[in-house]
Amino acid sequence: MPKRERRRVVAAEPVGPYTLLRVDRAGLKAGIPGQFFMLETPGRLLPRPMSVCLATPSELAFLIDPIGPGTRALCSVQTGAELAILGPLGNGFDLSVERPLLVGGGIGIAPFPYLSGTLGGPPAVLGFRSSWHAEAAALVPNAEVVIEPTYVTDAMPSGHDVLACGPEPMLDAVRKLAPRAQLAWEAPMACGYGACYGCAVEIDGELKRLCVEGPVLAAA
Amino acid sequence: MRLLNASGCLDALTAPEVAAEFDAFVTKTVTPLPRGGNPPIRIAETDVGMLNAIGLANPGIDRFLSEHLPRLAGLTVWASAGGFSTHDYVEVCERLDEHEEVAAIELNLSCPNVDEVPESVEETVAVARKVTRKPLYAKLSAAVADIAETARAAEAGGADGLSLVNTIKGLALDERTLQPLLARGAGGLSGPALRPIALAAVHACYRAVKLPILGMGGVATGRDALELLAVGARDVALGTSLFADPGAPARIRSELEAELAAHGFAHPGNAVGAAHRPEVSTLNPRLRVNGKKIPA
Repeated sequence: MPKRERRRVVAAEPVGPYTLLRVDRAGLKAGIPGQFFMLETPGRLLPRPMSVCLATPSELAFLIDPIGPGTRALCSVQTGAELAILGPLGNGFDLSVERPLLVGGGIGIAPFPYLSGTLGGPPAVLGFRSSWHAEAAALVPNAEVVIEPTYVTDAMPSGHDVLACGPEPMLDAVRKLAPRAQLAWEAPMACGYGACYGCAVEIDGELKRLCVEGPVLAAA
Repeated sequence: MRLLNASGCLDALTAPEVAAEFDAFVTKTVTPLPRGGNPPIRIAETDVGMLNAIGLANPGIDRFLSEHLPRLAGLTVWASAGGFSTHDYVEVCERLDEHEEVAAIELNLSCPNVDEVPESVEETVAVARKVTRKPLYAKLSAAVADIAETARAAEAGGADGLSLVNTIKGLALDERTLQPLLARGAGGLSGPALRPIALAAVHACYRAVKLPILGMGGVATGRDALELLAVGARDVALGTSLFADPGAPARIRSELEAELAAHGFAHPGNAVGAAHRPEVSTLNPRLRVNGKKIPA
């Protein structure tokens, strides 16, 4: 298991309604795209799980949607502050795919900038609820953007190896069209390393701990 | 003093290096049959603690003994036993008793996340006592009118020790929808909110019974551990603080050492029950109150 380390926040930049939190990497492994880190959350009891959005030699960045007290606190972190971070954790995407297509919805696009870079910029179909949210698509090359009421499933070309991340209804719809898709799920998580059993999600009648068995799971 | 994990707060198979930091590893509660647990969402954070409604997810006693226990070699294993009838507790304890790798059994008499609870602490401890000679700890809830009475019942049933305390039922709502955050509605509240409740429970039980007490509830620092010792815990367990910081065991041990030294305790055992002995001043000459040195 990786060690929990303290790292300096380099910047917290707005991207549409989201915030790109950039931290000093200083020797940390970025892991495989789809893996995540637990980020200490100022003023809160529990850390928050965030997938790696961007990895440069000097920085790791996380895309955060301020939807609750924890994510709002993370989006308000000041440059220069230090956060304890633990990762990389979980299982990332299987990168041995021949014709990758990234399919993402909303904040679910968070792991795609890093994933896209690793796979050499494959095509992507990204769905958002508004053009403001869709500003985040600028982080992903070769992306076709759809905005509600158009959904990613309306724009998905066939014949690809689908790697998807987004809200549960989107993942359910994607796997109906692409039964062999790799799906990155999310759930509230207390620990990120298999201790709390909080992040278990029911997939086809079976409960899986997303932090250990996931967060990327095969659709079938 | 031994440092343990609270049951359900650590998986030694996925984080063996964290489990190795403890003097004993306490398993998740094992029931006779496998349980998937409650549907998601199963955890939520509040301003003062954490709620969980995992629902005793576990592989069942058969698979625990055949697949899990052999992989815990090298750890001192305390098995947490649970059930929905006295018969369930008997079955789990009988099976655990056959395995010398199990150092002790903790009876989970107080899970807030299942609907059926054992009727009588004394009866459940007594039937378990009949089928095992292993050290038997009764894990109690503070959500009773008089926990000292429950402690006396556990002692009368033949318990060797008490684990104090389990979580307390709580509920949190989604800030936008006003619906419960947990799929089950309510869940067990742990973390800082539980700390004063644990202190009161250990304080009361230390006076009521002679049994050794494993204290737990919101311990996040060495100071918190010292306070549990002071009200009467002989050993201490960590739960929620492990989730935020898997390095908590080593950190808390080192903080506790400094706290003990600052209060002039040469040994953790000397601090046990200090809150019940006002005649024993624990103030070190270097300590100040309101900036003034305290006369010896």
